[in-house]
Amino acid sequence: MYAIIVFGPLLGAAIAGLLQRYIGDRAAMWITTLLVCLSAGLSLYAFYDVAFVGNELTIEIARWFDIGAFQTSWSMRIDTLSAVMLVVVTFVSSLVHIYSFGYMSHDPHRARFFSYLSLFTFAMLMLVTANDFMQLFFGWEGVGLASYLLIGFWYKKPTANSAAIKAFVTNRVGDFGFALGIMAIFLIFGTIQFDGVFAQVAAMQGQATEFLGMRFYALEIIAFLLFIGAMGKSAQFFLHVWLPDAMEGPTPVSALIHAATMVTAGVFLVVRCSPIFEAAPVASAIVAVIGAITAFFAATIGMAQNDIKRVVAYSTCSQLGYMFFAAGLGLYGAAMFHLFTHAFFKALLFLGSGSVIHALHDEQDMRKMGGMWKVIPWTYAVMLIGTLALTGVGIPGTKLGFAGFFSKDAIIEGAFAVAADTGSQVATLAFWAGVVAALLTSFYSWRLIFMTFHGKHRGPQEHFEKAHESPPVMMGPLLILAVGAVFAGALFYSPFVGDAKDGFWRESVTFASAATHGEEAEHGEELHAEAGHSDEASETAENVTGQLTGDEADTEAAEAHAEGGEGAAHAASEEHGEEHGGHHVPTWVLWTPFVVTLLGFLGAVFFYLMRPGIPRRIGESGGPLHSFLYNKWFFDELYNATFVRGARGLGDLFWKVGDVRIVDGLGPNGVARAVRSGASRLSRLQTGYLYHYALVMLIAVVAIAGALIVLKG
Amino acid sequence: MTESFAVNFAIAAPEVFLAVATMGLLVAGVIMGDKSARLITWLALATLAGYAALALAGLANGAGAAFSGALVADRFAVFAKVVIAIGAGLTLLLSDSFMQKEKLSRFEFPVLGLLAVLGMGMMVSAGDIIAVYMGIELQSLALYVMAAFNRDSLRSSEAGLKYFVLGALSSGLLLYGLSLIFGATGATDFDSIAAALAQEESLMFTIGLVFAISGLAFKVSAAPFHMWTPDVYEGAPTPVTAFLAAAPKFAAMALFARVLVGPFGEFIGDWQQVIVALAGISIGVGVFGALAQSNIKRLMAYSSIANMGYALMGLAAGTQNGVNGLLIYMTIYLLSVIGVFACILAMRRKDGMVEQIDDLAGLSQTNPGIAVALSMLMLSVAGLPPFAGFIAKLYVFMAALDAGLVLLAVFAALGTVVGAFYYLRIVKLIWFDEPAQGFVRPGRTVAYTAFGSAALAFPILVVFIFPLISQAGAAASALFS
Repeated sequence: MYAIIVFGPLLGAAIAGLLQRYIGDRAAMWITTLLVCLSAGLSLYAFYDVAFVGNELTIEIARWFDIGAFQTSWSMRIDTLSAVMLVVVTFVSSLVHIYSFGYMSHDPHRARFFSYLSLFTFAMLMLVTANDFMQLFFGWEGVGLASYLLIGFWYKKPTANSAAIKAFVTNRVGDFGFALGIMAIFLIFGTIQFDGVFAQVAAMQGQATEFLGMRFYALEIIAFLLFIGAMGKSAQFFLHVWLPDAMEGPTPVSALIHAATMVTAGVFLVVRCSPIFEAAPVASAIVAVIGAITAFFAATIGMAQNDIKRVVAYSTCSQLGYMFFAAGLGLYGAAMFHLFTHAFFKALLFLGSGSVIHALHDEQDMRKMGGMWKVIPWTYAVMLIGTLALTGVGIPGTKLGFAGFFSKDAIIEGAFAVAADTGSQVATLAFWAGVVAALLTSFYSWRLIFMTFHGKHRGPQEHFEKAHESPPVMMGPLLILAVGAVFAGALFYSPFVGDAKDGFWRESVTFASAATHGEEAEHGEELHAEAGHSDEASETAENVTGQLTGDEADTEAAEAHAEGGEGAAHAASEEHGEEHGGHHVPTWVLWTPFVVTLLGFLGAVFFYLMRPGIPRRIGESGGPLHSFLYNKWFFDELYNATFVRGARGLGDLFWKVGDVRIVDGLGPNGVARAVRSGASRLSRLQTGYLYHYALVMLIAVVAIAGALIVLKG
Repeated sequence: MTESFAVNFAIAAPEVFLAVATMGLLVAGVIMGDKSARLITWLALATLAGYAALALAGLANGAGAAFSGALVADRFAVFAKVVIAIGAGLTLLLSDSFMQKEKLSRFEFPVLGLLAVLGMGMMVSAGDIIAVYMGIELQSLALYVMAAFNRDSLRSSEAGLKYFVLGALSSGLLLYGLSLIFGATGATDFDSIAAALAQEESLMFTIGLVFAISGLAFKVSAAPFHMWTPDVYEGAPTPVTAFLAAAPKFAAMALFARVLVGPFGEFIGDWQQVIVALAGISIGVGVFGALAQSNIKRLMAYSSIANMGYALMGLAAGTQNGVNGLLIYMTIYLLSVIGVFACILAMRRKDGMVEQIDDLAGLSQTNPGIAVALSMLMLSVAGLPPFAGFIAKLYVFMAALDAGLVLLAVFAALGTVVGAFYYLRIVKLIWFDEPAQGFVRPGRTVAYTAFGSAALAFPILVVFIFPLISQAGAAASALFS
């Protein structure tokens, strides 16, 4: 069964890709879609079987490398974590396949498109079912390739090509870190099997290693390198620049790859390696800080963008930030939960935007939209649901709310709880970043709705009049996703982060941190352990990251010490008062997300419904803050000035001076000249005369015999 | 002589069958005339299949020796015979349509091929220096005739004559060497020679060994006994060149291994240096010589010289791994070279065959199928990972390094760099240059052989290599038991 789940899409991709000329577009589309749907159906069963019945298993398909100690095999590791990802990936993928029937109906290269989509699905499934780092890396690169192909799908568009290259190159930076991480793992642990590595984590605590000529804690450096890989794929701060540009690809691609699945691979990686990150407090702190910054920073940019897809893209970036800081704080369940719900509503928003774009003849600029709710009411309705889910609307303290309400609030409250328990400044920072980002999220999301669907239409009138609702084949997936966006949170709250959590995740995720508040018996000891960790953390921090996290880790250590004694009692008493899993935080914390969401909504209402002139004037006057945000904090310009131009300058130097003059002059060109003359001299020996040939042979015999006799003495 | 005739016969069954069938085909050909050439070719293929099958069936009886140890049937021999039968069969298959088109179709051709195979079979099974000589001569005489098969062509006749004269010289060297060895040990079968040598080693033996090695080196066209190769490869009809390049090379290399690590295994100190020198010189001559060629058949001649050098690296190691590497290398080389020659046979324009490398320009546009196949094969022969040729090289390099032949390995690695140039030049010509006049559509057998061979070189199908490696390993261990 699992083989069908994983290899079905590959089969589809192969058929559609290789045989398209013989079977035609329609057949290619049907075959890929049916295979992915089959895969999705089986995944649902698998999810039930693994997560609720408990049939975890690992299937080995074939050996891959077997070189000394370096062994890796193609295998499928099916536990709750991968089952969750299986469902998300295949489910969204099949909906996107179906949606593309309508969206791509006029494209001449439909078969190629579907083939790439299925190929992507296969690579993603390989990634999530990997049982060792090598296969994970295979899937990692596979999704990168598919992403590149799909972003550049309209290869005649120069912007699409450059966006594809940008995505690929940026990812390469991350992948380099990831590859180094894998090598480091092999170096330290002697294996790259997940089980083998995780089993040794405890023993390797405090093990030091050398990197770039300096000594570090091995686990810290491994976790950090893995996180660099995750940053690239999940578009975190510094390596986020490719994601907005990736919107050059067809919209279904954005929904599948750049919202629901591939970009969450980084989160998956961190959660999958939770045993390592648990043992690497400094690296985890870095994860949390970067995640928090991303959540805030992407949200600010989202406020000033005018391209409908870019707004959603920055929103994705920001939500990924949430997942990362949750994972960095040890809230792995919450991170996965947000990943899970986010897949529904973000795919919904993307596909909904696609529906709008489709209706308006490929218009993406929100300044040229408006009033659309009259002409495309169904799209309006599902976009509304998506927005409610994204902004996390729900009534605190109850079980009523949209998907995002459960998952995002779980993260924010979890962050607060960690901050309260450990006094960690990272957690405090993350908490406030989460709250502010929630405010901004609400603002830009409603801004999108109001600019697109309300007010007067600002684009060409004939487009508006000709606009029509998308065909059922596109609306169907939207409705299904809308159902998910409404209910996914409420349904799965309990297994993912609530009471049933331990029975749900079992061994697939490690919750060792005090932050999870699960098992109170060892809580006191854990705090002690935490204090011990923090000691190391402070040392390591000084070694590793110097200023950035050093201070934080110091204070963390000090506070953890102070709390060590009373911590046990404190935590125990706190726990007794609590009824449901994660909700043991003050009431004001419960209400904060709700309030800021409301504020954001009201702000958007004020600026875009009641006084639409104000933002336009701000935009036109081009104030410094607006242009700062509109230009995405000038990251592209910064990178262009430093890395691109710097690399080019350095490249020029190496090329003109180093390579052409020195290396080529003495090396290849010089050698080539010598080789050429040698070759022609050699061929002149080949005279064609029989007696010359015979002479050569006889001389050779005599020479060899003579040499041997002399040698032997 | 306690062996009964039946036991001898059972062990020699493949060779007996082949000899009888060949005679039968010869008689049938004489009766039916040249019209029957195609039929005889197919019957010859069936005979080869039967030969390989009988050899494989002999495995069940375990290793054994017939005729006082002159004919040995062990795993090594069986492996070699199967590969030889495959190589000879494929090249005979390729020759058919060429011979028809060039009006060279004669029933003698497949018969001569079978006689050569019989000689090769005796070579790889030889357990006695007389059997060695007989096998080599049987093979060589058939090949001389085949090289001169196009009697009306000056080039072909010249090729045949050169091959014959130099071959006779090399046979003389070999025979002289073998007689010196006999003189030093007083025995002709390998076991007795080894036993006698264990008693006493003499200068006479050393010189005899050098002469024998020289004679064998000629057969594998290792430099500096390679001078005949470019001329014969260029002059002989293309299918004959393909035949020459494939099975006989493998057989001679297998014989080389059997002789050196069998009876003379103890004296590796004597011959290792010689083989190292031969390997090094072959690689050097092969890669540098190929650079200056413009005729693709001559290019393949130099390429084969270089490749024999790499294969000899495995032999120079003198270890079981080395022989294993040698067998793997030669098998992969044999399959690739047949594919290359299938591509060369496809180089036919309306007004006849062409052989210049420049004629391949822009092949990707005029004949994409052959273009892909030839490119794959070139990349594989150049030894680029992940093609099959890389794996072949990997094994011989590892064996040489394990045996401490670091200098040779470094030199050989540099040789592959130079060699990559002319292989890649062909790939570049095919894909990036302006198309020359297109070729006519190749026949089905030619195209399929080219595709099949390219497919085996293709990385995804590298799976076929694993059974090959294990079989070669078993064959190599037979020599060391």
